[in-house]
Amino acid sequence: MSTTSLRRARSAGTSGLGHIGLLVLNIGAVIGMAGLMWASLLYALPASNLAGDEQTAQRIFYIHMGCNFGALAGFLVSLVGSVIYLVKRDLDWDRAAQAAIEVGTLFGIGTILTGIFWAKPTWNTYWTWDPRLTTSTITVLIYIAYLLFRNGIDTRQTRARFGSIYALFAFASVPLTYYSARWFRSIHPVVFGSDNPDAEGGFNIGVTMTHTLWIAVIAFSLLFSMLMLQRWRQLRLEDRIFELREEIE
Amino acid sequence: MFFLAAAMIVVWLGITLYVLYLSNHQRNLEQELAALEELIAERKDERKGELT
Repeated sequence: MSTTSLRRARSAGTSGLGHIGLLVLNIGAVIGMAGLMWASLLYALPASNLAGDEQTAQRIFYIHMGCNFGALAGFLVSLVGSVIYLVKRDLDWDRAAQAAIEVGTLFGIGTILTGIFWAKPTWNTYWTWDPRLTTSTITVLIYIAYLLFRNGIDTRQTRARFGSIYALFAFASVPLTYYSARWFRSIHPVVFGSDNPDAEGGFNIGVTMTHTLWIAVIAFSLLFSMLMLQRWRQLRLEDRIFELREEIE
Repeated sequence: MFFLAAAMIVVWLGITLYVLYLSNHQRNLEQELAALEELIAERKDERKGELT
């Protein structure tokens, strides 16, 4: 058993996307994030308020949206991974869901924190129990609970089954967060297509701002993919090591 | 400017800490795998010794 199992364990951390593919992805993520810093701090034209004063804090918007996009990608991947796991019972999909939730939660926390720093100079308060702020915090807490609960289950298959079912229900909070600023009276700006006349409203952004927003989306997509793949490989390796230990004992 | 700097620092700190966690965890896993390899090699040698 041992040599074959060891070989499998060694390859667990490297199979799938090859080393070169990962290296390219890592470099892409670094370039993307450097590009985002340049675009958000220098390239995007400054925003000003009605009095004509420059609003420096508006530049937080790009990193806030990037984090938000990363979180959304993580929760979407976890939904897809969980559904495929429940159909196929292939643990690789459960690992993908777990890795996506970990990274998605990290970006979700980033979204909330950057929002807090944007809110103070804009709304004159760090926090308010606005529908969008409340639902996004609940979403992040739901996914933190996922990570805590699944670590409390010893049996691997039960953990995967529980995690997948939990992630399916947890995802319901994502569209609720998205629509919260449209369905309820919210002071949070609605960036994409505002149908609710009570919402704070869509705001017009210029060409350089639109470019920067796209750079943020691309950079955070690359960063999310890089972190998720690294974590997914680690989870594979962890499982293989656990199997090896059981075989030895 | 303070709020912009604070937001940037928070995000970069979070990303850096997570990357450090990943690299540290990877190192631990590789050490664990190396220890298992040694253990298996030792057991093989013991079995060979018993047979001869």
